[in-house]
Amino acid sequence: MSLLDLTALELGRAIKRGEVSVPEATQAALEAIQAKNAENNAFITVLNDRAMEQAAEIQKKISAGELTGPLAGVPLAIKDNICTKGVKTSCASKILGDFQPPYDATLTEKINAAGGVVLGKLNMDEFAMGSTSETSFYGPTKNPWDLGRVPGGSSGGAAAAVAARECWYAIGSDTGGSIRQPASYCGVTGIKPTYGTVSRYGLIAYASSLDQIGPLARTAEDCAAVLDAIQGKDPRDGTSLDVPCGHLLEGLTGDLTGMKIGIPTDCFGDGLDSQVSEKVLAAAQVLKARGAQVEQCSLPIMEYVVPTYYIIAAAEASSNLSRFDGVKYGWRAEGYEDLTDLYNKTRTEGFGAEVKRRILLGTFVLSTGYYDAYYKKALQVKAVIKQAFDAAFQKYDLLLMPVAPTTAPRLGESLSNPLQMYLSDIYTVSVNLAGLPGISIPCGLDSKGMPVGAQLIGPALGEQKVLNAARAFQLDTDYHKLVPTIKGGDR
Amino acid sequence: MDWEVVIGLETHVELATKTKIFCSCTTAFGGAPNTHCCPVCTGMPGTLPVMNKKVLEYATKASLALNCEVTRYCKFDRKNYFYPDLPKAYQISQLYLPIGRNGRVPITVGSEEKVIRIHELHMEEDAGKLVHDNWIDQTRADYNRCGVPLIEIVTEPDFRSADEVIAYLEKLRSTLEYLGVSDCKMQEGSLRCDVNLSVRPMGSVDFGTRTEMKNLNSFKAIARAIRYEARRQQELIEMDHRQVVQETRRWDDNKDASFSMRSKENAQDYRYFPEPDIPPMELSEEYLAQLKASLPEMAEVKKARYMKDFGLPEYDAGLLTGTKALADFFEETVTLGAPPKEVSNWMMAELLRTLKEKSMEPKDMLFAPETLAAIIKLVAEGKLNRNTASKVFSAVFDDNADPMAYVKEHGLEQISDTGLVESTVASILAANASQVEEYRGGKQKVFGFLVGQCMRALKGKADPKVVNEVLRKQLNG
Amino acid sequence: MKITEEMVDYVSILSRLKLPQEEKTRMTGELEQIIGYMDILNQLDTSKIEPMSHTFPVKNVLREDEVVPSFPREALLQNAPVPDGEAYLVPKTVE
Repeated sequence: MSLLDLTALELGRAIKRGEVSVPEATQAALEAIQAKNAENNAFITVLNDRAMEQAAEIQKKISAGELTGPLAGVPLAIKDNICTKGVKTSCASKILGDFQPPYDATLTEKINAAGGVVLGKLNMDEFAMGSTSETSFYGPTKNPWDLGRVPGGSSGGAAAAVAARECWYAIGSDTGGSIRQPASYCGVTGIKPTYGTVSRYGLIAYASSLDQIGPLARTAEDCAAVLDAIQGKDPRDGTSLDVPCGHLLEGLTGDLTGMKIGIPTDCFGDGLDSQVSEKVLAAAQVLKARGAQVEQCSLPIMEYVVPTYYIIAAAEASSNLSRFDGVKYGWRAEGYEDLTDLYNKTRTEGFGAEVKRRILLGTFVLSTGYYDAYYKKALQVKAVIKQAFDAAFQKYDLLLMPVAPTTAPRLGESLSNPLQMYLSDIYTVSVNLAGLPGISIPCGLDSKGMPVGAQLIGPALGEQKVLNAARAFQLDTDYHKLVPTIKGGDR
Repeated sequence: MDWEVVIGLETHVELATKTKIFCSCTTAFGGAPNTHCCPVCTGMPGTLPVMNKKVLEYATKASLALNCEVTRYCKFDRKNYFYPDLPKAYQISQLYLPIGRNGRVPITVGSEEKVIRIHELHMEEDAGKLVHDNWIDQTRADYNRCGVPLIEIVTEPDFRSADEVIAYLEKLRSTLEYLGVSDCKMQEGSLRCDVNLSVRPMGSVDFGTRTEMKNLNSFKAIARAIRYEARRQQELIEMDHRQVVQETRRWDDNKDASFSMRSKENAQDYRYFPEPDIPPMELSEEYLAQLKASLPEMAEVKKARYMKDFGLPEYDAGLLTGTKALADFFEETVTLGAPPKEVSNWMMAELLRTLKEKSMEPKDMLFAPETLAAIIKLVAEGKLNRNTASKVFSAVFDDNADPMAYVKEHGLEQISDTGLVESTVASILAANASQVEEYRGGKQKVFGFLVGQCMRALKGKADPKVVNEVLRKQLNG
Repeated sequence: MKITEEMVDYVSILSRLKLPQEEKTRMTGELEQIIGYMDILNQLDTSKIEPMSHTFPVKNVLREDEVVPSFPREALLQNAPVPDGEAYLVPKTVE
């Protein structure tokens, strides 16, 4: 068995016991990346030398007893929209050029403090806008289960790297499903925590009111350990929540006795692939077998969630991305005549089509004459969506639903029809609108051999419940242990 | 036709906090370009704003002092536009829920009293500075001022003359200085004004088309710009039979004229929306009560007190309390034991004159209350006569030197030895026998000449009253 | 809702994007489709609902007014596309 087949916590224990050294583990991961990145393009930047240096330092600290956490010495990779001091952070966009932030994101500092070895920066949809990781300036990431298919997005590089056994866990971000959907497509476990639990300082904003950082890993246990390390109030992020943290891992009992789980029938209607539907409903039976009460319920908002999400996200994005103008950092176009021309050329040539589409959409919904009809309306519907979840969580501890309507589509299939692509976010975006925690767990393969994900959603700050149910499911199933057998990209 | 000018003001005031509104960089004026900056105020990707507690306090105090309704649940909004002095390409400001609304500022112009209504008072961040470098033909962006906290105070179109505008601004400046929320230094840009102006035929109720004038950095410039713009609009309508164009104009104080600012590709659509990175602020009853209780005595109340307690004339009390630095100076000098009337006289005469001559702001002077108190004491004790004291004042004003030391150094002490005065008078009378004859013959005017001769002989150091007395006694004796 | 090329021009100016004609035509169609779909929200009566800008009732997150030393200037300027030791450089701004 290869080192890369261990879970993050297993590797952490092996390191602690001295059975594996941090440089050994790091070396193994770097070799796996070397072997696989050319075909799946999960990484934008690989930090060979830096990772080995960091590994040696961390090993010293572990040996000296200074670093004792469960993830000390475990190598990981970080999505390329999270700032890493002195290391290129590109958001997979041309416009950021070779931007090397002179500061670390709070996430990066927390990972350093936990003894994580950073292997590199992960590919993604440009500025986290997309559901396929095909909009990257650095080329598409491919799904390790089938190189002819997308890994999902926007944290496609993170999901692919974990699935392809190139790292033990990865850090992604989720604005409308960007952790959960690629986790589902790639057969890994990924959680978007409650808005505000993980600091956003240093996460390059797409939609500030929806963005949230979270882990992708092999198991719910690993996710709990990572969340323990990265969450907490941050004085640099005014929206971060003051939550007790660090106890998720020890709270994973796997006992679901008395837990009530609702299955919104509204999420199992038209447009849902029947195989996905079957697998997710089968997952409900597993949870039931472990003591949960499972029943059908209603969530009468599903037709409104996608438009609401895209209005709010695009509006915030249009403002957040205005700072990329070729003046302070990143790439600047050549051959401009004056200031306006510099702005126009840099932005038109520096952003990809999907980013420009969302900037224009967002500018439109905020512009004079349309604000009330679109943006304000969306904020009102957001309140309705939040109320619907609040009502559901009066009755249920968790909700179970699909992550995506289908398994991973083929490369090139989605981008031709933007609206169609947006609609495929139907099961994930509402969780961001309501600020809730949601996890994607592997629950089987479809007839094409592609992974299916089930989504468990909890009330605000209900991470423990969400992770516990996911853990319980994984105690009784082996879907999360399936290893992709790589199929050729020519299919 | 008679025309009426209608003016509304937007005043930006920099708050006197130590740090910027959304990061912990210093707000100190000056500094080499981009040295008072960090990733937050230079708009680096991934950075987030965190609100300064003091800014909320100062803005709330200002709202209370300007009789605004304080918004108990207020938020920030983003104002989006591209310009290189704004690194995020949005300014964090307030549109939907500003901190203060519906305020009232009473002003007095001549004998007329009037209330200027405040539409709103909101908090926002300042932008950076752009300096064109002709040598390389590039503009340099300096972000030291980016994120300096501002309040913007927007009035209703209630002004009808430049005098009313100036009276309001004087009042506003005095109020904010008293609160200690801003130093209101126009030359450093900590108080800036945009003037919205339109004209209409006298008696009309409809407003004319207005223009907005920017770049007004002194009260004089504001008054001049108002007169200029009102005339320009009238002439446009009356003489050229043309319409006023709604536009932004830049005042050029050197050319004494305003110019239209080019609005190339400049659609004014700021796409305001609630700032997602900053949670709302909820102002509790206790918080407001506490701030209300902490408000200092304002100019009006102080003026009444000076008149009542110290018996100062209304004009003097008004002038002394109009500027916080003067009122502070007055009160400190009085606290040191100087008689209030006397302090007021010195300030109204010597101090204000000197400041005017040197075109200095009271808050910038080195001259201390202790020094004025000492001078007043020297006069009261008869060690210095009033005229010499005035000279001593002028001499020590600049460097706030010790007046007693100066008096000693220059041998200016008043002669208190009556024997010396008597003998000097006697010798002067002896030396001016013919004038003495004339006086005794009824020519009263000669008395003044003789006093002058005596004072000169005494090098001006004698108390003129004593000299008068002795002289009269000897002449009549 | 009908989206015209003029509307796309207007939002393009606001967002400092200048699309080539072909891209503009395609974008106009896509935006019309997307915005048209968004009109589904009008089915919902929200007249009595407060717009929700912040999801959680977090409020009054304020920091103390204490100066922290500023960042080294060279670190701030190191990523500027046009190098200069003191400032960010841009083409002449219109006065």
